[in-house]
Amino acid sequence: MKTLVTGLIGLAVMVALALVPVLGPRILVQDLFKVLCLLVLALNWNLLAGFAGLVSVGQQAFVGVGAYVMFATTILWGWDPLAGVLVGGVVAMALSIPVAFFAFRLNGAYFAIGTWAVADIARLSFGQWRALGGGTGTALPRDATREMLGVDAVRELLGVSAAAAVDAMTYWLALLLASALLLGCWLFLRSRMGLGLQAVRDNPVAAQSVGVDPTRLKALVFLLTAFATGLCGALLFIQIGRISPDAAFSLLDWTAFVIFIVVIGGIGTLPGPIVGVLVFYGLQRLLSDYGTVYLIALGLIGIAVMLFARRGLWGGLIDRLGFDPLPLGHAAPQKSPRDIQEERP
Amino acid sequence: MIWLDTLVQGMMLGGLYALFAAGLSLVFGIMRLVNLAHGDLIVLGAYLILGIGTATGLNPFVAAALALPLMFALGWVLQTALLNRVLGDDILPPLLVTFGLSVVIQNVLLQGYSADSRKLPVGAIESASMPVGPVTVGVMPLITFGSAILVILALNWLFYHTALGRAFRATSDDPVTAQLMGIRPRRIFAIATGIALVVATIAALYLGARANFDPSIGPARLLYAFEAVIIGGLGSLWGTLAGGMVIGVAQAFGAALNPEWQILAGHIAFVAVLLVRPRGLFPRAND
Repeated sequence: MKTLVTGLIGLAVMVALALVPVLGPRILVQDLFKVLCLLVLALNWNLLAGFAGLVSVGQQAFVGVGAYVMFATTILWGWDPLAGVLVGGVVAMALSIPVAFFAFRLNGAYFAIGTWAVADIARLSFGQWRALGGGTGTALPRDATREMLGVDAVRELLGVSAAAAVDAMTYWLALLLASALLLGCWLFLRSRMGLGLQAVRDNPVAAQSVGVDPTRLKALVFLLTAFATGLCGALLFIQIGRISPDAAFSLLDWTAFVIFIVVIGGIGTLPGPIVGVLVFYGLQRLLSDYGTVYLIALGLIGIAVMLFARRGLWGGLIDRLGFDPLPLGHAAPQKSPRDIQEERP
Repeated sequence: MIWLDTLVQGMMLGGLYALFAAGLSLVFGIMRLVNLAHGDLIVLGAYLILGIGTATGLNPFVAAALALPLMFALGWVLQTALLNRVLGDDILPPLLVTFGLSVVIQNVLLQGYSADSRKLPVGAIESASMPVGPVTVGVMPLITFGSAILVILALNWLFYHTALGRAFRATSDDPVTAQLMGIRPRRIFAIATGIALVVATIAALYLGARANFDPSIGPARLLYAFEAVIIGGLGSLWGTLAGGMVIGVAQAFGAALNPEWQILAGHIAFVAVLLVRPRGLFPRAND
């Protein structure tokens, strides 16, 4: 029942968000696109760090690989950028397999540093790709995005310029990706595998004793999040339109912000990233006139959350409310009144 | 002959990386704390030396000596007020707190000193060089390398020949039993972080004297330092020196082949060592 209400509210929010390109100004669409992409990255990182215990500081590797592959398929092979997005996600996932073989040999803090080093290797290697501008990068040809599948239809539907139609398209795709990921996470975390994962997080020895294989589950999560992160990276750079190794593999933009978003919202809770991304967006808007002050604020809030409220804003809220509007566990099967009567002597 | 020259230059660079890493190795070894703000604390140290030097007109070497007690105090306060509260079985809270600290330090420095790159003025010694056997080495790199070895020697002496070092080792092995023997782990941790920042200040001096620095370079230095610590193996200070050399030599040879490959070669050496020995070259403690 509670889940149904939450689901209906979620659906209403999604419909409202889907109408933004129709009703709202273009600048809002662009802003919300960034927010949705950060949400996608945050959901992925939360799944990794909050549920699988894999504290990666190298997720920008998959953002950058997705983006670079999309650029390569579009510029070098003349494909539709949307096909490039899909290929970008697949290549990011393929790359995560050797990364996992390397990084899974390291535990805890070593894992964080290992993934970071891998991301830096990726940044420097893609900087050697002369056809895509080497270290200085390159821009996506304007025609490529304007001739993207569906842009014409959107143009006619909304009656806007081609550039605005591209913004609307990428926005809807980001919304779709975020919604699918949210639903996917919920279903996955309530599934047999997801419960196993949470059991491993809470007590690895007990989980293994009932037959859960931690390494397999963690590897699966690592691969899936690499796929979604790659998709999101490719989508981001369609909208940004320009790529360079430093921008595509930015530790600050694609991992540091994301970590703060998850920590502030509530690590290890499913709605945490949503709350966190709202706080992040609010802070950025509020302090936009003061340069990097919002980064200082973000860092201080992150530290305060870790000191005083480990489970973030959402975790704190649940504790206050006393009930969880979006429970990940399963309710115990309720007995019918007849069963209870039969049990009585 | 040019290869020998590259090798020697790489080893000198490795000395600098070992200095970056020694403080990290100390803290990591004693309390399993991954300090993601270490690189930014080194940069902070460099700005502190610069600030003292500009205000008093003293030589950077003297200014660094004045900065040492200040940085020790900073380390003590940081550990007591912040890091001790988040240490525990879960590695996530300390990791995230130091990550937050890193972003805060970086951006506070950016607000205070702008993004302009600075350098510590060490004078004529900067460009001086001398022949060592068949190759010629700069005097500054040689001093850096010598300081790295001295720092490692001093830390090893502290670890194995003093009461404080015994307390460090005891707390590292088993904090609960150490407490029964009258050691207060939190105080030990505070002293350790203080010493780590003293070493970081020495590293900052050579970092600022060797090349330009600006508020954003901390994380990259942290990464080299961590690679050195992990290559060397947890809890081994000589291992950290060896790790620094591996990174330094790999970077020097990478740069000799193609200037763009310098950093890449260092990272690849790191991955290669870990593929062969996941616990580093000379692991001492169990993680």
